[in-house]
Amino acid sequence: MAIEEDVIVVGGGVAGTVAALSAAETGASVRLITHKKSTLRHASGLIDVLGYTPDADGPLADPFEGLDSLPEEHPYRVVGEDAIREGLATFDDIVGDEYHGEHTDANALVPTHGGAVKPTARYPKAAAAGVASDDRDMLLVGFASMTDFEASLAADHLDAAGVPFEARGVTIEFPKRFRADAKVTRFAKALDTDEDVGGRGTREALAAAVEPHLDGAARVGFPSLLGDDHRHEVRADLEAYLGAEVFEVPMGPPSLPGLRLEDLLFDALDEAGVGISSGNKAVGYETDDGEVSAVIVDRKGREIPYHADAFVLATGGLVGKGIDSSREGVREPLFDCYIPHPDDRYDWFVEDAFGDHPFTSFGVVPDDRLRPTRADGHAEFENLFAAGGVVGGANVAAEKSASGVSLATGVVAGRAAGDSI
Amino acid sequence: MTDTPEILVIGGGSTGTGIARDLAMRGMDVTLVEQGNLTHGTTGRMHGLLHSGGRYAVTDQPSAKECIEENRVLREIASHTVEMTGGLFVKRPEDTEEYFEKKLKGCKECGIPTEVLSNAEARQLEPYLAKDIDKAIRVPDGAIDPFRLCVANAASAEQHGARIETHSKVVDVLIEAGEVVGVEVEHTSGEGKRVHGRSGGREKIYADYVVNATGAWAGRVGDMAGVDIEVRPSKGVMTIMNVRQVDTVINRCQPKGNADIIVPHETTAILGTTDEEVEDPEDYPEEQWEVDMMISELSKLVPMLQEARTIRSFWGVRPLYEPPGTGTTDPTDITRDFFLLDHAARDDLPGMTSIVGGKFTTFRMMAEKISDHVCAKFGDTTECRTADVPLPGSEDFSVLRDYMDEFGLRSPIGRRSVQRLGSRADEVLKTNEPNPTVCECEGVTRAEVRDAISSAGSDLNAVRLRTRASMGNCQGAFCCHRMANELAMEYPEPVAREALDELYQERWKGERHAMWGEQLSQAMLKHLLHATTMNRDRDPVRVGSDVDFGAFDGGPAVGDDAGAKRAAADGGRRDGD
Repeated sequence: MAIEEDVIVVGGGVAGTVAALSAAETGASVRLITHKKSTLRHASGLIDVLGYTPDADGPLADPFEGLDSLPEEHPYRVVGEDAIREGLATFDDIVGDEYHGEHTDANALVPTHGGAVKPTARYPKAAAAGVASDDRDMLLVGFASMTDFEASLAADHLDAAGVPFEARGVTIEFPKRFRADAKVTRFAKALDTDEDVGGRGTREALAAAVEPHLDGAARVGFPSLLGDDHRHEVRADLEAYLGAEVFEVPMGPPSLPGLRLEDLLFDALDEAGVGISSGNKAVGYETDDGEVSAVIVDRKGREIPYHADAFVLATGGLVGKGIDSSREGVREPLFDCYIPHPDDRYDWFVEDAFGDHPFTSFGVVPDDRLRPTRADGHAEFENLFAAGGVVGGANVAAEKSASGVSLATGVVAGRAAGDSI
Repeated sequence: MTDTPEILVIGGGSTGTGIARDLAMRGMDVTLVEQGNLTHGTTGRMHGLLHSGGRYAVTDQPSAKECIEENRVLREIASHTVEMTGGLFVKRPEDTEEYFEKKLKGCKECGIPTEVLSNAEARQLEPYLAKDIDKAIRVPDGAIDPFRLCVANAASAEQHGARIETHSKVVDVLIEAGEVVGVEVEHTSGEGKRVHGRSGGREKIYADYVVNATGAWAGRVGDMAGVDIEVRPSKGVMTIMNVRQVDTVINRCQPKGNADIIVPHETTAILGTTDEEVEDPEDYPEEQWEVDMMISELSKLVPMLQEARTIRSFWGVRPLYEPPGTGTTDPTDITRDFFLLDHAARDDLPGMTSIVGGKFTTFRMMAEKISDHVCAKFGDTTECRTADVPLPGSEDFSVLRDYMDEFGLRSPIGRRSVQRLGSRADEVLKTNEPNPTVCECEGVTRAEVRDAISSAGSDLNAVRLRTRASMGNCQGAFCCHRMANELAMEYPEPVAREALDELYQERWKGERHAMWGEQLSQAMLKHLLHATTMNRDRDPVRVGSDVDFGAFDGGPAVGDDAGAKRAAADGGRRDGD
């Protein structure tokens, strides 16, 4: 039987999910195609909107106040402030009380695992007690076998930033001994199921190991491994034992907060009745009279057309492979949409590692309805819309705007796709 | 003059450390100064080929004979830094039969073992060779790690009483009564080991004799002494592939040319090189066409290189030298032989000798000759022992032991660590502490990193050179900060932070020459992890901005909903499953 939907979204990250939900809200039937695990496993799980202006002013206490400083081609300027707010509202609906930050327009400053503070608009509830504007003293706890987080270094770094509290760090042994290279998921599982350690549960044993170092600290931060399915219970048990609030510091990959967010997004898709086809790659498309009529999906060597009336391209940026490059140039591999870039590949980057690299802004050029355009400014296809990292014009790494761009463009592209039916 | 002559060696490359070791083993009192890390100059910027001599067998037979001799010596004394891959000189249809025969004959004349392989035989050995090659000559080329070799030389010199000072730049050559009596150095960090953020100041180091072993920088030292040393620096590019497309050194069998060698090295393969004269050994253009040429030319030998992933490129400068008046125009024609310039005889300036030219493979032999020369100045006839005594790490060592169980390390990480450490494996890896992997790409564990810190101090680039951590596919995306975390055990936060910044920038320097395809994707991920997840680019501490913490979100209604009560009360919507 031929696959036929109103809207097909290609890409299973934040932008794809939000686009699919927004399209579904218009009454359209929606299917989301996703190839591999999304890049959320690499992401911190924080939802940034705008932390710095292009001139590096910041951190911005109010992300919306920075919008005017953005260049005209920035996706935020294309979709406007209302779309950003709608994107955040959609996100808040998806995650319910799993995230905080919705009570204020102000950014929060969340400690990173290197001990810097970072401005963000939404943060997992598990990270909430760690915000840097809170003046209660903080103990950070690292584990001897975890190389990604050195608690005393992070604490000293926070102190160097002038945070309004005292931060201390301590390294302890995790009460259950794992192989030296155990993944964070192994730690999380031990806490989730409260595995037995010498006659008591892992949670109690962990709290007991931390307790002697507490010294009056009102909050205690751990790397993000405090359980998965039962994370709230894990934290509650630790808090009850320690008499202090417990929080997680967002970590690099594999990131539990990112994976938990991915679960929340897919739950929301299920709830909204969006069809999901995962595990196979979209490799091409068919057209009919200037419109995309189908996306071709490679299912174990068989090429299957997925038909729809409108399509959303949410395949991500350079990391998600929504943008590809070679020594010859930069391309959008699925629909071969136009991506402006300097001819000389030595103009794609600058010498300073943290400088203003042009490659960070590579992506398709959207029109005001978020349709990718050709070099002449006309839409590539009447019924193709783009959202998230594949959209160019934002330096999301420096601005701290990646999730916000995905949310705002996801809402607009998804709705435009749904409305175009 | 004291009983034991005090010798000052300038230059911490293969030649300098080789001389320091040799003289120290002969009982001299040696100090070595190096402006950067060990291998900071040419030695650290080569493709790591252990020459069989085949490369010089037609044009320069004395060099070829030295190479095969030293090739055999290094296999013995530096086994833990050598991988005997073997090498091929591959003839393409457009390369002449005449040259192939010359190469074969030349190798035989120089005592280099050869074997002629047919197309089928060569392709059986190296399946990714081009289908249309004619044939190949097999020679005993190998790969050698110049970093570990120099570190082992320096360690041996220290064991024999030498003082090794890195990050100590010579700012003046001291001359008294028409004789060189020492140098003045500027320590960019503390004594012996690098410690950031502590100014080491200047130091005058007096010596009975000075050896200038600074390679492409020899002219600079000459200027300070008022003598003219015309080194002709010549740059060459090397491009690193993310995997070993070949396990044998592949040379193109033609008279000479750019981009004619592939050297398998640890997990990578290194493509080389160009040969272009430059004015300044520290400041020369690094250009896109050079990288492109490596890939397109060497694809003629190994076609899959055309589409393969490169992880970075780097450039080195050769310290070419020819006696004044020779007037060679093409740098590829300048001899690779070395020259010993005794400034007493040459410039009427006693107390100093410069060593210029030469090849990495024969560094030990050069060091021996220079040490003989220095010893002769003092009437010392002690014999050189460097060809017979193994370097630290290469004594009585077998990689066949089952280290996996012994050190509780998983293969292949354990195996690789043990291969890198050689006979030091026991000493470094036997720890009761958890020994997690710090760098996954290169399989480097905490024990190795901490061992490197104990000898290199807080300089993470020096730790990198000793361990290979951050030198794999991800170019430090997942491990730079972990390496800095290991520093935090001994050093304060600002030191760890600066060392991290320095390492990160150094990694970027070479990585940016590989910015397309998979590696651009990898670079973006690295940028997102460090700039976005960690906010290292705009970190208020790093950029020095004061933050008005009070203006930011202080958290969701702390007080009403705080502590255990809140967490216990809101089990979350996913807890029901």
